[in-house]
Amino acid sequence: MAVTKASKDQKYDRQLRLWGDHGQEELENAHVCLINSTASGTEILKNLVLPGIGAFTIVDGHTVSGEDVGNNFFLSNNSIGRNRAQAATELLQELNTDVSGNFVEESPEKLLDNDPEFFHRFTLVIGVQLPESTCLRLGSVLWNANIPFLVCRTYGLVGYMRLVVKEHTVIESHPDNALEDLRLDQPFAELKNHIQSYDLEGMGKKDHSHTPWIIIVAKYLEKWFSEHNFQFPKNYKEKEAFKQLIRQGILKSEKGTPEDEENFEEAIKNVNTALNPTKISSGVDDIFNGEQCNDITSQTPAFWVMTRAVREFVHNDGGGNLPVRGSIPDMIADSEKFINLQNIYREKAMQDASVVSKHVESLLQSVGKPSESISEQDIKLFCKNAAFLRVVRCRSLAEEYSVETVNKDAITSCMDSADGEMVLYLMLRSVDRFYQQHSRYPGVYNYQVEEDISKLKLCVNSLLQEYSLNVNVKDDYIHEFCRYGASEPHTVASFLGGSAAQEAIKIITRQFVPFNNTFIYNAMSQTTATFQL
Amino acid sequence: MADTDEPEKKRRRVVELTEKMVVDGGSRDGGEWDGRWNHINTFLERPGPFTHPDFEPSTESLQFLLDTCKILVIGAGGLGCELLKDLALSGFRHIHVVDMDTIDVSNLNRQFLFRLKDVGRPKADIAADFINGRIPGCNVVPHFKKIQDFDESFYRQFHIIVCGLDSIIARRWMNGMLLSLLVYEDGVLDPSSIIPLIDGGTEGFKGNARVIFPGMTACIDCTLELYPPQINFPMCTIASMPRLPEHCVEYVRMLLWPKEKPFGDGVGLDADDPEHIQWVYQKSQERAAEFSITGVTYRLTQGVVKRIIPAVASTNAVIAAACATEVFKIASSAYIPLNNYMVFNDVDGLYTYTFEAERKENCSSCSQVPQDLHFSPSAKLQEVLDYLTENASLQMKSPAITATLEGKNKTLYLQTVASIEQRTRPNLSKSLKELGLLDGQELAVADVTTPQTLLFKLSFTS
Repeated sequence: MAVTKASKDQKYDRQLRLWGDHGQEELENAHVCLINSTASGTEILKNLVLPGIGAFTIVDGHTVSGEDVGNNFFLSNNSIGRNRAQAATELLQELNTDVSGNFVEESPEKLLDNDPEFFHRFTLVIGVQLPESTCLRLGSVLWNANIPFLVCRTYGLVGYMRLVVKEHTVIESHPDNALEDLRLDQPFAELKNHIQSYDLEGMGKKDHSHTPWIIIVAKYLEKWFSEHNFQFPKNYKEKEAFKQLIRQGILKSEKGTPEDEENFEEAIKNVNTALNPTKISSGVDDIFNGEQCNDITSQTPAFWVMTRAVREFVHNDGGGNLPVRGSIPDMIADSEKFINLQNIYREKAMQDASVVSKHVESLLQSVGKPSESISEQDIKLFCKNAAFLRVVRCRSLAEEYSVETVNKDAITSCMDSADGEMVLYLMLRSVDRFYQQHSRYPGVYNYQVEEDISKLKLCVNSLLQEYSLNVNVKDDYIHEFCRYGASEPHTVASFLGGSAAQEAIKIITRQFVPFNNTFIYNAMSQTTATFQL
Repeated sequence: MADTDEPEKKRRRVVELTEKMVVDGGSRDGGEWDGRWNHINTFLERPGPFTHPDFEPSTESLQFLLDTCKILVIGAGGLGCELLKDLALSGFRHIHVVDMDTIDVSNLNRQFLFRLKDVGRPKADIAADFINGRIPGCNVVPHFKKIQDFDESFYRQFHIIVCGLDSIIARRWMNGMLLSLLVYEDGVLDPSSIIPLIDGGTEGFKGNARVIFPGMTACIDCTLELYPPQINFPMCTIASMPRLPEHCVEYVRMLLWPKEKPFGDGVGLDADDPEHIQWVYQKSQERAAEFSITGVTYRLTQGVVKRIIPAVASTNAVIAAACATEVFKIASSAYIPLNNYMVFNDVDGLYTYTFEAERKENCSSCSQVPQDLHFSPSAKLQEVLDYLTENASLQMKSPAITATLEGKNKTLYLQTVASIEQRTRPNLSKSLKELGLLDGQELAVADVTTPQTLLFKLSFTS
């Protein structure tokens, strides 16, 4: 059956409402590599296949064991003995015919030995249940090739993710509680004129009750200025007085009782946010001061060219402000007044965007690139989101693991809460050490549990010593990690599967903000933590 | 959780039930193979420093999960599919699933037990088939029904109930049902009558998972304020002052459709009928053009009419997994369960917040404290009705009020049956005194949000 755009729109409707058609397109152009199709791996892939990733390739040299089938939805017992990559690909592929599934019956170690450039073709590589040495080797290859790497593991009741990406820029971060961009503290000319056109005292009752609160606040601000030496209401007392001033403007009936004017109530309610000074956040300021922003070359990604263009705008045309966003919240008003006010902001936003566009053009010209290389649509989207730009830069695994650059401060200060998630991170590093020394994980077999406790403790101590970490790891955790026997319970793998897949989608679509850079899930307490290591 | 006594009694009850219950049907051997349960055995057979105080490592715990433990999953949608998979791969074999819906194409991006060929079929049936086929030995029993179609005798048979619902009303009903199963002896709660309720909810990139021990920990209604009532657009905006594209769609849905009856007399708007949506879309565009409003798209139209909530596989996977982990913990006593509410949001990085939701002393559902209604004898019945629906802790939908007057049970107002609504409507504008109600009188209130009738005490103010 031919897959039409309409039928895909139907199937993906619920997610298109989150990342739009353009986000979906990025997803469908992506090719993700999964290393090791254990339960954690297949659960991650499931959550990428279902939303329609373009293609996936599983790299796995293991054969399916009975234990593998027991916790993995995408392995069946008649695949025992077969290569795990192949077996898992079949059942994952079956989830979504839009997706192209591939497998390589090979261990990642072999590929790193013989053909490390194999990994260069991928949009993102996800490494699951990797031994430390493989992880670091692969990490280095991907870092140098600038390919995002997501390390995931489930160890007993602990989930772990590490994102490794040099620099990830986000235009559409979709913040949950964004402040409006109303410019009431510094109204641009068109807004000033528009406010001027209102005569609150002279208008009829119906108009008065349906005037947008933005206009009301602006008008009363003017009044306040004239009575307070052109100063804004500054503290709580003054803001309350300002609210009272507005309240006095509510029409009164013949009897002298105030009429029901919801728009005035809205104005009063919104005074605090309306009086927020228009300014550029420190986050965005940092982005403006980024290296890439300063040296524009023909290799510079579009994000940085546009950032530079907006910076030029801020300094030359915007009076120190970003381009006007152009949106206003809904508010009590009649249609005409609202639409007219909305159009004032929209038109200003369009104007500002076209000035930014000129800057983009001249930047592109200066490095010999055609102006079409960055579309008007992209520039408009960028301007609309200028206040919400985010850049995520993760340290490499080499930096995390090297004694010279280990983040001692983060580890030590987090270990102040001895039962927080940081101790779980140290335990994971310790079991990796154990694996290096004994070629197995602690406590896999019942008889090993007791004797491995002291062996694991030696690993913990050597780890702490090597990194000069003056922290205490409680014996209980050493016991617990032996108890786990490197098991991968399905529910923990599934939690990780959902978490990791969404981070992968963020990387691919460049929407929403990925974590930076270490995430720990504790299924015992149902708590999580994120560390920057 | 309260004190540690209760879980011990609970565990003893579980052992008792194990001995008494006869497990019916299903293939016992279920195609076992070596190592199948290795990943969970470590938690059942080995002692550890963080286990529940009552936990006793045993090779028999696995058998309890496999052969005896009975779990009910409510909902076979985004959370339900994940829950069934998670439970089946955690050793649970006796699982019932209830869902009243059929499969829609828009489910396929996350409800992974369904395929294109299954569209139109009952979710419960297809989900059960898939799991039973994929996980040898698992016996999921489907029920293509509403939760309200079952009574106490059905719910009583389960050890643990997990909800993956998309409706607050349904959650409250389930909450009420489990509360109604509680047995109090001389005012003391019999712990063996408690059925733990694990509840999960998701919306876009946000979700929450909670553990409820009815009668002991905060119930759904204790924290009703966490679910603020849905705000609809004011009628005057829709009727004469639209500003947003959504207002235009609501105008067509609520005002134009009943007026123009585009598909015939008595044909209501079917949100699932693309032809109906197309009509609404076109008319919405016309309305928008009238007011110079931009932004009406087919997708937006559909979203408003169907009250669509965006959804992805990943959030459902996370929340269901957290819930299933709790089911496992409680069934095996391996760890202390979540106490008792976890919130998740992965819009910016990954954020969780875990806290203990507190019981409300005078919770209308679980506190056993009779609810007072304070009204003046001259207040109209309409005011009482408004209070029942608007009060943040009650949030009833369409309450039916009855009272015993002159020894007879009298329906004061009921809106769910048209003929009775008509007959009792005049009572709304009568005062409580006129209706013959006395100070201290009991009013019985029934509503979709609870399977039990709630009793209120009428307290006259001067």
